[in-house]
Amino acid sequence: MTTVTGRGRHATFPPYLYEAYRATVRRAPLGPLLPGPRTLSEVTGPGPAVSALTAEDSDLTRNAGTGGEAIGERIIVTGRVLDDEGNPVPHTLVEIWQANAAGRYRHRRDQHHAPLDPNFLGFGRCLTDAQGVYRFVTVRPGAYPWDNHENAWRPAHIHFSLLGPTWASRLVTQMFFPGDPLLEQDPIFNAVPTDDARERLIARYAHDVTEPAWALGFRFDIVLRGPEATPFEPPEAGAPWR
Amino acid sequence: MRPLPTPSQTVGPFFHGGLLREGLNVLVRPQTVGERIRIEGVVTDGDGRPVSDAMVELWQANAHGRYHHPADRRPLPLDPTFTGFGRCGTDDAGRYWFETIRPGPVPADGQGMQAPHMNVAVFARGLLDHLTTRLYFEDDPAIHHDPVLQRVPAARRRTLLARRLPAEGRPVYRFDIVLQGPDETVFFEF
Repeated sequence: MTTVTGRGRHATFPPYLYEAYRATVRRAPLGPLLPGPRTLSEVTGPGPAVSALTAEDSDLTRNAGTGGEAIGERIIVTGRVLDDEGNPVPHTLVEIWQANAAGRYRHRRDQHHAPLDPNFLGFGRCLTDAQGVYRFVTVRPGAYPWDNHENAWRPAHIHFSLLGPTWASRLVTQMFFPGDPLLEQDPIFNAVPTDDARERLIARYAHDVTEPAWALGFRFDIVLRGPEATPFEPPEAGAPWR
Repeated sequence: MRPLPTPSQTVGPFFHGGLLREGLNVLVRPQTVGERIRIEGVVTDGDGRPVSDAMVELWQANAHGRYHHPADRRPLPLDPTFTGFGRCGTDDAGRYWFETIRPGPVPADGQGMQAPHMNVAVFARGLLDHLTTRLYFEDDPAIHHDPVLQRVPAARRRTLLARRLPAEGRPVYRFDIVLQGPDETVFFEF
């Protein structure tokens, strides 16, 4: 197992090269990453500009436009988007995508032998409100096989993309479900370097979010990186490659 | 207590429906102020093979050098038809393209002006975290004084320069992104 650290000061971000996840082997950069500049170009970002243009489309059980409802265990996924000082990040565009309840994506490259649901597109988006809160209604995604290793299965997960307030706070991540036995064999989840950081990718069942006789509730808070001031220096000779 | 950041994860191979929509790689409208340019390129892996499930994002200033963002409070015109953000998935040959405008110069902190540039992010299956880089224009004399570019090791600087292609009409620039290998693009860490 290669041990290269991910970016950032915290033991939070997965490394680019993580051999157990095979696709990283020929895609991870091997040269040193240069400390990022902190100019107006990086402390600005697209979030505030594009958010105003986006229509709300946060109910994945109904947004297929068929008039029918998606099949599966209906869930509400909500949470707050915070910066790393604990302040809410309002008006952030949150985009999600996921497999359907049977574990299949509506995507031409997904050939998993599982049914497609005509009433489920598998994607949605919304903006956080003034308190940084987002909320989606969807169905619990199914697990699905992939060809990374022998008998490999992705744990149930929802992909999240956030256009935060700055270029440096851009984040794409995945939300997992508590108690999923597939987590321990998933190299994508396990590429995150510490138990504590992996724990932050798992939503919590939230009974107060659950709506009686209608949908279970999960809470998943997301913390965006702030401006960790990294001085822009040329890499030192002999600096570790990552 | 400061909360700790949420880790990144790969976009995987199935992000298209969730993240891409028609026209996200066309940043201009007819009224947009500025010189029309096209940016195009190929994303390749360590074997030189095209990456057909990558996504490229752009963030740039408008023709006056102003960002469409509340942190840019300089008294320069905002263009309501131009957000400065673009997004494009790669096709089966690893290609992406944007129709946009040439950005104006923006200040470097206490170091004069930066050369016109675009911030670029790359996402793909197999990238557990996205990669960030910068695109500069090889035919712009300002690149020789850009404070960020000058601090990139000289041998790798050319990976940040978009090459002007011979083309009729608006300028076309080619900016290939090499994820790994001898010609690996310079990526920045935040």
